Amino acid sequence: MSEAIVCNQLHKRYESGTKAVHAVRGLNLSVSAGECFGLLGPNGAGKTTTVEILEGLLEPTSGSVTVLGTQWGDGRDHQLRQRIGITLQETRLEDKLKVIETLQMFRSFYDDGIEPEEAMRLVSLEEKRDSWVGKLSGGQKQRLTVACALVGKPELLFLDEPTTGLDPQARRQLWDVVNGLKAGGTTILLTTHYMDEAEKLCQRVAIVDHGQVIALGSPNELISTMGGEHIVEFSLEQNGVNAPDASQFAAIESVLKSVTESGGYLLTVGEPHIAIPALMQYLESREYALASLTTRHVNLEDVFVSHTGRHLCDDE
Amino acid sequence: MMSKGLIQLVLSRVRHFLREPEAVFWTYGFPLLAAIVLGLAFRSKPNEVIQFDVVESVASDTTLSAISDLKRFEITVHPEEIAMDRLRTNKTIVVVTGDEDGGILFNFDAANPEARQARMAIDDAIQRAAGRTDPVSSVDVTVTAPGSRYIDFLVPGLIGMNLMGGGLWGVGFTLVDMRVRNLLKRLLATPMRRSDFLLSLVGVRALFFIPEMAFLLGAAYLLFGVPIRGNPMTVVVIAFVGSVAFAGLGLLTACRAKRIETVSGLMNLIMLPMWLMSGIFFSSERFPDALQPFIQALPLTQLINALRAVILEGAGLMSQTVPMLVLLAWGGMSFVLALRWFRWTQ
Repeated sequence: MSEAIVCNQLHKRYESGTKAVHAVRGLNLSVSAGECFGLLGPNGAGKTTTVEILEGLLEPTSGSVTVLGTQWGDGRDHQLRQRIGITLQETRLEDKLKVIETLQMFRSFYDDGIEPEEAMRLVSLEEKRDSWVGKLSGGQKQRLTVACALVGKPELLFLDEPTTGLDPQARRQLWDVVNGLKAGGTTILLTTHYMDEAEKLCQRVAIVDHGQVIALGSPNELISTMGGEHIVEFSLEQNGVNAPDASQFAAIESVLKSVTESGGYLLTVGEPHIAIPALMQYLESREYALASLTTRHVNLEDVFVSHTGRHLCDDE
Repeated sequence: MMSKGLIQLVLSRVRHFLREPEAVFWTYGFPLLAAIVLGLAFRSKPNEVIQFDVVESVASDTTLSAISDLKRFEITVHPEEIAMDRLRTNKTIVVVTGDEDGGILFNFDAANPEARQARMAIDDAIQRAAGRTDPVSSVDVTVTAPGSRYIDFLVPGLIGMNLMGGGLWGVGFTLVDMRVRNLLKRLLATPMRRSDFLLSLVGVRALFFIPEMAFLLGAAYLLFGVPIRGNPMTVVVIAFVGSVAFAGLGLLTACRAKRIETVSGLMNLIMLPMWLMSGIFFSSERFPDALQPFIQALPLTQLINALRAVILEGAGLMSQTVPMLVLLAWGGMSFVLALRWFRWTQ
């Protein structure tokens, strides 16, 4: 399969006065044609900077970028822009234009593309055809910005934090839009700091932190690097006894890893039906009283935590 | 042939403007209101009544009572102390008092031309009432022909002011607003031609100035009978050059500004000297000679002078070459600098 995006040793340094920010530090990436690829990382990880370099809106300090076989700035930027679609973080479209007028305007910039009505249908905004943009809800506005990126019938679509700030229902509607596009064969690069979004939408995910890719693979591959597929979280009653060290629980049958986690414990477990009874027995034998216990599947957040010791949303 | 993109960009600007009631008011309503209010305040008053104060001690004097019947005068009688107080506080402009010999004293501020005029008129009337005969007979013929009144002077000034405000705000504000919204960057991410975008901003001004001007001139003609002596096409050409010059200036003002506050401040800084000195409300020639080179170099001065010459004096386009060149120089220079310094992304 051909590569839609390749970037090598990408660096971006911002100088503002005496302060220098090294937002991207040697990032490597390759996205195949037809895949939906996710950049997952906390705010400030360098995702947006990376994407804007790929979109040709920012110049990298160093490193090479190839998008759809072309490099930015080699005189074919205009042709390349005809082939890509973009949503930026926080674009506020003109409030006093109607949905259809906004789409007609964006459509007029492209030589080829789909009808504005068709773009509206793709994001299920037909009912809002003649509404002013200013009157749309947050989710509808976000879908409109996606529609604006679709009118040029892009081969490659960039979605920068498409669901940030949306309510759960609006997020789901947007996911449906992205799934529809995937089915249609559009290559998609999306950034997000929601692990569930990356897990649900992306065939491959690069976890980004401090301007570098720290883990890469399909969501399943990344999760399997954790060893087990399940997480058991529990906490103990504070009855005067010193809280036991997490390492104690690592020896329990089927427990692969044990860490302390905000006042409780987090065990990575291969088989919960073996590990949980064993844990109960262990706690009882040492007279620890259980305060809470939950189990769930390992997710990308756990992968991020295991790499960095921090949560994706720590800095929010 | 205009590209699809340019047409859509212009359309979106037009729609945006028409859906903004405030913008429509400031463009059409405000200049008209200003014309009406100022036109009423400074309307010609051929038979102006002269009001003045007389102190009680001389009020019964026969000479004064002789003129008190004349309709031209409105005399108020007060004790001396109160009358002088009224003079100090500008409630009256002339106070007539008397001396021991039966003579008359005029108290007034010599720096106030209105007071000087009133004093002459009162004196004249008193002398005639007292029996003076003038060796040569004289009769006043007052002129109130359209074209020479204050309102006639004012309307071209307001049109110029409107073209300046429209160009600077219309282009500058829109541009910074789009930059703040991240919309500029979003448009840049499309294959939109940058030249189309800039042309649309300026082109919309060129599209709007005709109805703006036609509206103001039409209203001024209907309400006050302000004439258009020159060729209307010449007026259009001059206004077009003016609006392009100010659109260029607006582009330059906004070419780097990241915030609305910044651009608002810059706009006011640029417009203030022109509001004050370019002769919107009174002739720019009233300023000292030392300032004239500066004032004459301002685009609004040249625009208003040219508009007045054509509208009020019927001047032809050829006679307005210098103002046109000054305006074109401003427009051209602004465009070149704006393009060089333009900040497309943050």
